[in-house]
Amino acid sequence: MSARSADLIDAGARASLWLQPHRLVLIAIGLALVVCAAVFMRWDWLPDYYDLALQGIWRTIWILAVTCVLGFMLAVPIGFVQVTGPRWLSLPAYWFCTVIRGTPLLLQLWFLYYGLGSLFPQFPWIRESFLWPYLRQAWPYAILSLTLSYAAYEGEVMRGAFAGVARGQLETARAFGMSRWKVFRRIWLPQAIYRALPTLAGETVLQLKATPLVATITVVDIYAVASRVRQSTFIVYEPLLLLAVIYLCITGILVLAFRKLEARIPNRLG
Amino acid sequence: MRGSGAQNPKRGSAEHDGDRHIEALIHLAQASAFDLLALSPPGWGGNLLRGLMNSVLIAVGAFSIGILIGIGGAFGKLYGGPVTRDLLELYTTLVRAIPELVLILLLYFAGTDLINRLLEALGYQRIDINGLVAGICVLGIVQGAYSTEVIRGAILAIPQGQIEAARAYGMSPGLMLRRITLPAMLPFAIPGLANLWLIATKDTALLAIVGFNELTQETRTAASTTKAYFTFFLAAGALYLLLTLFSNVIIARVERWARRGMYMETH
Repeated sequence: MSARSADLIDAGARASLWLQPHRLVLIAIGLALVVCAAVFMRWDWLPDYYDLALQGIWRTIWILAVTCVLGFMLAVPIGFVQVTGPRWLSLPAYWFCTVIRGTPLLLQLWFLYYGLGSLFPQFPWIRESFLWPYLRQAWPYAILSLTLSYAAYEGEVMRGAFAGVARGQLETARAFGMSRWKVFRRIWLPQAIYRALPTLAGETVLQLKATPLVATITVVDIYAVASRVRQSTFIVYEPLLLLAVIYLCITGILVLAFRKLEARIPNRLG
Repeated sequence: MRGSGAQNPKRGSAEHDGDRHIEALIHLAQASAFDLLALSPPGWGGNLLRGLMNSVLIAVGAFSIGILIGIGGAFGKLYGGPVTRDLLELYTTLVRAIPELVLILLLYFAGTDLINRLLEALGYQRIDINGLVAGICVLGIVQGAYSTEVIRGAILAIPQGQIEAARAYGMSPGLMLRRITLPAMLPFAIPGLANLWLIATKDTALLAIVGFNELTQETRTAASTTKAYFTFFLAAGALYLLLTLFSNVIIARVERWARRGMYMETH
């Protein structure tokens, strides 16, 4: 028997195990609820907001991607200096993590947008600089605060991950004559990332769940589109339910993508 | 609900914007940060502290409801029938995948609507749901999903022999729960629960979106009235940070208490 057909039989067995009778009933109830929602609730607003919703979804995903990548790039040095850096670097990194993790993201966002944003215009050199057109908009503040938040939470994870890499490996690499930079690049960082990957998935889902906050500073993501529908049509549940489904889908895709990524990692560690 | 023009320093025409900033500068020049944060009425410090009180109240309530749901949910997931288990799985998955903000709005609107419809069907008057109670319930349901997972993991971490020994002594399930399972799972659950408490204190800020007067909302009111955005958001941040640091101290104590008499494998 080929490996492929064995796989197929295995998958079939797993599917029949999963599809127990009570699950079929639950699925039927779920489908009935969805049909009821489609038939009895109001969806006539959908065509009007279709384009805006697509733009909103696109913006949400874009914000998520940018802030996660930037935040991770910040998190690596933040975690690293806390493990091995000098005191004048590790202490600020520690306090950065503590402060960001100790205050609500909504407050940080409003602090940056309203607080810093209201200070900037006082300085003529900022008003005249090339950055001013950007500083007048909302999205740089949204990107900045989400990036900082991700960097702090993930920096804490990376700190543990860097500390968890076995000392012997680093010493071996040094004994092979690798330079410090090469040890970091080839041994320390990859192993730390392998260790951090399962938490990375969770943090990224949390980051997705934090993105709707940017709607409170006038960035039009998918959440803002849903609130706009609610405010202009007075339809409450339908846009919110659809919004929940959209976030569910994005979360599902994220989880699957990270699972694929994790499967590619050699699982013998340490 | 969200930042209307008056609260937003960066909207409107450039001219208007300039005016507002000059106005803001005058305000800033007139009152120092200490005057603004004074506890008695011309200052807004009292309002901030009241907001903090409300935040802590909501966090305590939500956390307690979350733990109650969590204990029930964990037992349902571990010992319940197949249908209970699937429904609980659905609950924890959904709550953990949908943003808190969306859940809060959905549960807030749907919850108050359902209760009012129920009351009308039973022939009573519609009631205005207290924002505090609604906030506590909504955040409690969100917390419940997370604490279900934490407590389930903690119960699974109890050495099996302890539960078997309790059964062998002929303890009834209720007695076993009270005397063995709950105390024995506590040391394993406390790090996760502590994390949830910190999340609860920060999630209370989300209730500002539905207009409840907790710390973030009070701060925004104070800031938009006095135009001293920087001072007030900084002050509120300091209050939240103090709450977190204070919680950390308490958590460390509770953890030491829960681990008393436990064999320490590491350190």
